[in-house]
Amino acid sequence: MLTIKDLSVKFPSRFGDVTAIEDVDLKIRPGEIHGLVGESGAGKSTVGAAVIGLISTPGYIAKGEITLGDTDLRALTPEQAHAVRGDRISMIFQDPQTSLNPLMTVEDQLIETIQTHSAVSYAEAQNRAVDLLEEIGIKNAAERIKSYPHQFSGGMRQRVVIALALCTDPELIIADEPTTALDVAVQQQVLDLLRDLADRRNIAFLLITHDIGVIAQIADRVTVMRNGKTLESGETAQVLGHPQHPYTVALMDAVPPLDHKIPRFRLPVEDDIAVQSKTKGADAKAWLLAGEQTAPTGLSVNNLTMRFRGTRTSLWQKPDSFTALDDVSFTVRPGTIMGLVGESGSGKSTLARVLTGLLHPSAGEMTLGDANLPPAKQRSRHHPSRRLMQMVFQDPYSSLNARHKIGAILAEPLWLYGLVNDAKQRRALAMAMLDLVGMPADSIDKYPHQFSGGQRQRIAVARAILARPKFLICDEPTSALDVSIQAQVLNLLKDLQATFGLTILFITHNMSVARQMADDMIVLRNGKIEETGPSEALFSKPAAPYTRTLLKLTPKMPPEWRTA
Amino acid sequence: MAYFILKRLIQSVFVMLAVAFLAFSLFRFVGDPITQMTGVETSVADQERLREELGLNDPFITQFVRFTGDMLQGDFGFSYRTRQPVAEMIADRIPATLELGIVALLISLIVGVPAGVYTALRPRGVVSQTILMTTLIGVSVPTFVIGIMLIFLFGVQLGWLPTFGRGGTVQIGGWESSFFTVDGWRALILPAITLGVYQLTLTMRLVRAEMMEVMRSDYIRFATARGVPMRRLYFKHALANTMIPVITIIGLQFGGVIAFSIVTESVFQWPGMGLLFLESIRFVDIPVMGVYLVVIAFFFVLVNLIVDMLYVAIDPRLRVKDAA
Repeated sequence: MLTIKDLSVKFPSRFGDVTAIEDVDLKIRPGEIHGLVGESGAGKSTVGAAVIGLISTPGYIAKGEITLGDTDLRALTPEQAHAVRGDRISMIFQDPQTSLNPLMTVEDQLIETIQTHSAVSYAEAQNRAVDLLEEIGIKNAAERIKSYPHQFSGGMRQRVVIALALCTDPELIIADEPTTALDVAVQQQVLDLLRDLADRRNIAFLLITHDIGVIAQIADRVTVMRNGKTLESGETAQVLGHPQHPYTVALMDAVPPLDHKIPRFRLPVEDDIAVQSKTKGADAKAWLLAGEQTAPTGLSVNNLTMRFRGTRTSLWQKPDSFTALDDVSFTVRPGTIMGLVGESGSGKSTLARVLTGLLHPSAGEMTLGDANLPPAKQRSRHHPSRRLMQMVFQDPYSSLNARHKIGAILAEPLWLYGLVNDAKQRRALAMAMLDLVGMPADSIDKYPHQFSGGQRQRIAVARAILARPKFLICDEPTSALDVSIQAQVLNLLKDLQATFGLTILFITHNMSVARQMADDMIVLRNGKIEETGPSEALFSKPAAPYTRTLLKLTPKMPPEWRTA
Repeated sequence: MAYFILKRLIQSVFVMLAVAFLAFSLFRFVGDPITQMTGVETSVADQERLREELGLNDPFITQFVRFTGDMLQGDFGFSYRTRQPVAEMIADRIPATLELGIVALLISLIVGVPAGVYTALRPRGVVSQTILMTTLIGVSVPTFVIGIMLIFLFGVQLGWLPTFGRGGTVQIGGWESSFFTVDGWRALILPAITLGVYQLTLTMRLVRAEMMEVMRSDYIRFATARGVPMRRLYFKHALANTMIPVITIIGLQFGGVIAFSIVTESVFQWPGMGLLFLESIRFVDIPVMGVYLVVIAFFFVLVNLIVDMLYVAIDPRLRVKDAA
């Protein structure tokens, strides 16, 4: 029904046109979910944008055909194209937080869309909207429809987005990373909903995602893209089970398995971005090892509680308080990696912020090694734990100061903690450290924006390590990265951990990654520990029902699709 | 909501107290009130008697409390220069300044918002570029030059519009208004344009910047993908989301327009508060200056309170959270 033939999209730039996608072929039948998979920069979203006619300016379609049924989408005038949007083709966006107009009620947005495309009365449109929300799984729809988007939770909001895309009965829906911003439980519900809509209403879906697990779970057919070109296309079981193209093989390999632990993440062989020099950062390694020759340091936390005071809305009522961490106790054994998993809002990041002294806990004690770790308000700027405990953040795009050169970023921990007082020596050490984390030496005079996400995360890791820490907190260090890059960064972390005897608290929402990284595990839910224990035991025989649910909901591939 | 407004009101009281304190300090410490009031021939004994009678020997706090208390009861003291009650003088002048300010604000909104939307939607068009350039000139040229140029063109050369005063006014319950006569409107046009030009430019550029930002947002892209008509997309979805930051600045600016209409009023001999303030400075008429300060501060506080309430009206996220 949707046929794309030889489609090329170009973006003009000062240095001539940049080709975003080239000669893309794609066919989607009614009721089919067609997965479009690839890493960032592959041009997946551009394909979706081209179909719906919303390529961001100044991009343009250089050649090719896009036909929907009998309609040649490229031949339409702008007005006709706009009439097709919503009516025959609709779209679901990634982030339900930002894809609804915050100032209009859900009802207004639904009715507006319905009335745009069919000549029905207000009351009729209203009925249709309520029915649709019911169908999509929003309880009490007649009442909830009067709410504003911010009054819905993330998953419910994505349902509203789907309802908006559906309300005009389109033939094709382009879903651009529809579940990337959602928790596994919600993701599962949304995926089930998409499958159900495809089967029952015979709607075709173009499912754009970087997550192979999602594709494996619901797509009928799949197309693999890289650098703007389609590499492989076919039945999902065929393409993912017996990948022909080496890139597809590599992509499959880089996905960490959930059902067993492998010693290292497998890398797509053809392009490890890490630069391996002969010295391999020996200077930096020697310097780091020459630091304190003490045994690895553990961390223990006793009865930690963190309550946030709500906003006051009335003079007479006390504001509601929100308990982010509720009586949390655990111990991280020296020299091991503790995995911390949980859904968003479970208190994972709050815990990291309490440990690093950014938030003052309401109650509880923390111990780092043998010394008491004072809570935020009592922890002075010069407290030794400031150096001993370092952090790697989730988003490498905002955790490095955009106006500092890499050299300055890496030298900062060295002078801040008084480790190296000579500027020349600091620079030499920073250079050696770059080598150690697999970055070219000339990076030192560049700015963060000149690097890719994976490279930036390497720099962030290097910065943390240069403080000679004993304890490292990694808060979702790879959730913003593609699988192959994720594999590289996590391997690097593992190597550094082994070399320097670091103790790591590894926070993630990805169960597969947790299984590969962690020695021990904590499962956190609503600020409470659901389950804790040695990682392998926890994954093979989960005790808490919640852990079992999490494991069950994580999209996985049939084991026979694995090459190793 | 009620709590929110109450909180703002309490904050406002503190702001007003601080301003009253400033006004009082000005009154009390800039020069000696007694020497201002009496002539050279008054004896020292008489001066002392007057000082005692007026309570100027009382402790500082007592005087400040009395000053604030009098203010609250509408007793603003007497002008050194005209011997009239200051309250009356200010009340006579407020309508002129307010009417001028409001018309200037309306002009800036009626022209500025659509121009901002237009230039945001067609950023590279010739018309947009022309508008942007013209308004750039508008902000770079000082107000008095614009005023004088307008007077020269429309008042002197073409002779279409009067160049000074308020023209015909009508008394409505103590409010002297020029809204009800053709003459009054004619007199209002030039000063209002002069006063509004700066705010117009600011509004337009702000609307433009915000609008361009909003047009890139996901919810606009999603609405486009749903085929929502373009007109509705621009004026319902995008413009409402543009207005929140715009209202803040417009509100702050409106306070400024009222407060600093001094230049425009003096160019056009507009009998408003600004002109009164200028005259008071010339004669070191401290009580009038003090009260002027308090009145202007009151306008600022009031406008900001209205802006805060507008936020709540526009943005549902700021309203009291319902049980989700």
